[in-house]
Amino acid sequence: MKQNPPNKTSTTVMRVIVPLQGLVQGGGGGLVLGSIIPCALFYFFQLYLKSKSSSDSDDPPPPSPSPEISPIPLPPSGGLQRVQSVRSSIWSPRGHAQVSSRGNSVIKQLDSPYDVGLMKADENPYHQFTNLSGVIQLGLDENKLTLDLVQHWLVAHTKCSIIGHELQINGITTYHPFHGLSELKVAVAGFMSQLIERRVKFDPSKIVLTNGVAPALEMLAFCLADPGNAYLVPSPYFPDLDRDIKWRTGVEIIPVPCRSSDNFSIHITSLDRAYNQAKKRGIKVKGVIISNPSNPVGNLLCRETLYNLLDFATEKNIHVIANEILAGPPCDKSQEFISMAEIIESEEYDRNRVHIVYELSKDLYLPGVKTGVVYSFNQNVLEASKKLVRFSSVSSLSQRLLVSMLNDSSFVDELIKFNIERVERMYNLFVTGLKNLGIECVKSSRGLYCWADMSGFIRPYSEKGELELWEKLLNVAKVNVTPGSCCHCIEPGWFRFCYTNLNENEIPLVMERIGKVL
Amino acid sequence: MTQKSGHRILTNSGIEDESKSKSESSSSSSSTGMRLIVPLQGIVQGRGGLILGSVIPCAMFYFLQFYLKRRRSPPSREQHSSDPPSPTTELSRSASRSNLLLSRASIGKPHVSARVCSIAKANDSPYYIGLDKASEDPYDRLSNCNGVIQLGLAENRLTIDLIENWITEKLNESILGEGDSRGGLSVSGIATYQPFDGMTELKVAMAGFMSQVVGRTVSFDPSQIVLTSGATSAIEILCFALADHGNAFLIPAPYYPGFDRDMKWRTGVELIPVHCRSSDNFTLTIPALDQAFNQARKRGQKVRGILLSNPSNPVGNLMTRDTLFDLLDFAREKNIHIISDELFAASTFGDEEFVSMAEIVDSEDINKDRVHIVYGLSKDLALPGFRVGVIYSYNESVLTVSRKMTRFSSISAPTQRLVTSMLSDTTFIKNYTERNRERLRCMCDLFVDGLKELGISCTKSSGGLYCWVDMSGLIRPYNEKGELDLWDKLLNVAKINVTPGSSCHCIEPGWFRCCFTTLDEMDIRVVMERIRTVIESCESAS
Repeated sequence: MKQNPPNKTSTTVMRVIVPLQGLVQGGGGGLVLGSIIPCALFYFFQLYLKSKSSSDSDDPPPPSPSPEISPIPLPPSGGLQRVQSVRSSIWSPRGHAQVSSRGNSVIKQLDSPYDVGLMKADENPYHQFTNLSGVIQLGLDENKLTLDLVQHWLVAHTKCSIIGHELQINGITTYHPFHGLSELKVAVAGFMSQLIERRVKFDPSKIVLTNGVAPALEMLAFCLADPGNAYLVPSPYFPDLDRDIKWRTGVEIIPVPCRSSDNFSIHITSLDRAYNQAKKRGIKVKGVIISNPSNPVGNLLCRETLYNLLDFATEKNIHVIANEILAGPPCDKSQEFISMAEIIESEEYDRNRVHIVYELSKDLYLPGVKTGVVYSFNQNVLEASKKLVRFSSVSSLSQRLLVSMLNDSSFVDELIKFNIERVERMYNLFVTGLKNLGIECVKSSRGLYCWADMSGFIRPYSEKGELELWEKLLNVAKVNVTPGSCCHCIEPGWFRFCYTNLNENEIPLVMERIGKVL
Repeated sequence: MTQKSGHRILTNSGIEDESKSKSESSSSSSSTGMRLIVPLQGIVQGRGGLILGSVIPCAMFYFLQFYLKRRRSPPSREQHSSDPPSPTTELSRSASRSNLLLSRASIGKPHVSARVCSIAKANDSPYYIGLDKASEDPYDRLSNCNGVIQLGLAENRLTIDLIENWITEKLNESILGEGDSRGGLSVSGIATYQPFDGMTELKVAMAGFMSQVVGRTVSFDPSQIVLTSGATSAIEILCFALADHGNAFLIPAPYYPGFDRDMKWRTGVELIPVHCRSSDNFTLTIPALDQAFNQARKRGQKVRGILLSNPSNPVGNLMTRDTLFDLLDFAREKNIHIISDELFAASTFGDEEFVSMAEIVDSEDINKDRVHIVYGLSKDLALPGFRVGVIYSYNESVLTVSRKMTRFSSISAPTQRLVTSMLSDTTFIKNYTERNRERLRCMCDLFVDGLKELGISCTKSSGGLYCWVDMSGLIRPYNEKGELDLWDKLLNVAKINVTPGSSCHCIEPGWFRCCFTTLDEMDIRVVMERIRTVIESCESAS
């Protein structure tokens, strides 16, 4: 704090020599200008840097084109001119054409064990006659238990469902509304409410059809959140969700861990905590994505939890996306599935914040035909989805097939009945098989999975140990399962087994193979 | 923000200012007193004055910026964060609900994302308004002769009979497999695991079809093909793979109105039109491209590529071999990509030869990896409902990204099987493409002649399903407003839906795109009659 006492003569001299200092030290404007000028300078400097960096982040700046290229009058024949320009481009070699940085991040993303397993099982699939040493697929969540019914139907009805009875194609090849034929929407709405025993009527006008559940989820993510926003997702959640939500939309997922101690059920308090933490970090949470029945655990959300969720969403003013793709076949009939649509019908909630996602292929397995459903109560979201679905609409041919399939009510009744029967039987067989090996599963009431606790078999008790066991299962036992770490489960040692890809008589073999590794 | 900070600094330093001016004028004793009171002033006035006087406000300003930035990101509904988290038991649930009822009014509606607001809005482009109108009240010669005639949708109905016959004949066989007679067993032959990017059989068939379309001058490699649900998503996927948010593509204008949606909506990519003029017959010139590129650069915009459509939509002209070579050179010089949209490659009917970008690239050895071709069966095989699109790229990274992205837009298996066997039926395909060309040429001639009788001229169209019609003589005033007035009259009075040039970003007013492939010969007479009434009303008005 020591300083010169103001010396009259020296200040005058200084003032003459350093005019700026005069401003600072001298008249009343001193401090004001002394602050504003540097500030302004700094500000413009920032601006300059910003504009520079945005234009300069280009790959190498264009070298001044060599003067011979452009001014030379082009000869009429293309040949000569080609030689010249090719040479000129050799003289000024440039890098390879780059992909975008978001493209690059997709490329760089390492394949997770989930992908590796699917790939391995696809390259070398088990077959009971032709490839006994192949990999048995328990990682793919498809329901093939009713494939035979669908096959019979296809053989009998394909022709007339597409061509119609008058032997003419009613404009099947022409443009149709991207968001789905209205006949199919009506049929799908009927099918959805039939699955939950007609407790709710679904409104066809609130349906947008997409080609799969992935585009449906992506579309909703896009409609409800801006880049940098986030969704709360109770974990474990299914591994595909990361890509569906994050890849192209720039939206983040905040996992809200659920624990085995309370049977992996969702708690509002932990949602609330995650919400507040996100807020503190400056992340805007735009919604909660729940999967009911839960994938991979297979448990159901009770009515109370659903109410609480809606309360929570209303309080925070966020959206709820309910993923109900596994609503169909129960493996345990004692617990009742309650759709979000049912809750919203019965109570005075703001419906605008509720969106339901469904996929037809889990209940009506037609190989290679994926039909996702966005069911939203929000008019804006519906309008936007109807337009965005131009990027992922269902082919008219498949739509026709599905329309006549779903309108064949005796077939649908039979399908649902068999599906329930077979899923329940397979579930019981599979769980008993695992139990004989000493593996306990979470009691699941829906879904095509067992969520099995193999934490007793992993060493060390960590993600590393889990992945070692997974690798042994895949490469030694030749069984592809999904490890819990791919589902963002925070406890190691959990695995998802999807048993609907199997035949009944393959279960002993699976158990034998798993037993070998343990 | 700058205003606020400026204000803050002023008030901060105001006191010190005052004290300083006082200390200047007053005796040294009083300035010592002041110095005690305002310690900061000492620093400012003293030797470190200029340096600290700059550093301190700068730092303060910088931190203020930080502070403001951090403040801005959390949501503005902070008053609710103090609410207790809703308890989980039954009893308190009703309590929390009553709580909600009170606060609901203040919370308001759940918001959709900012980026989707503009999408959810009603259509404002005449292109889509016209399409909607025409689909609500479609013309039919027998049942609805007062309906709107659709000339706005590029859909080929001329050859629908051929396609339908084939499907009727071969449907079961193609979807269920050869061994239909053996019963249900054949269906299990459907591969159970479907790769998102298309079945190999279809890729092979598609490669064969594509090389047939370009006259066998190029052989396409099935491993460079990614199949998507329609060319629309093919283009969007390429956009994601090649450009980041805020980057731009150069695009020769007039261009297909749908590109504004395909390219921009979800990707955040900009389109920079490179205007082509009627005086050059709407051909693209390299100087114009170069100018647009440099202008974009000056604005700080990063150009990542050029999007060409060849045959051009809406004009219908083809690019010459020389232009394509020049374009490739241009792209190489600027180190940018080329997306060549060749959706109408087989729908050419003029004397000119169609040259695919693939042919140009094949003749060169270097830098193939910047060329990407988009193709589809919606136009050339008249299967728009089937949603089959193709990305053909020479760039391994782009192919990898595209394959992964197809999880969002895959083609369903029955469709793939049907299309595979259709494309593999080479005699059908050969016959089809020939007759398609014939019919297109015939329709185009009829349509152009009809317009000529009315005194309306078109550019010479050699490909595509449309004519690019010059009605600038009929519009008054000679600007976009006049053009839209005429469009409105055509749609609402004459009941004809055409696409105005302004929707295609044409820089000259008075041009319209008319698709003639949804009509038959009888309909053409009706169309011409309807246009005549509009012309007459235009003339009588003037």
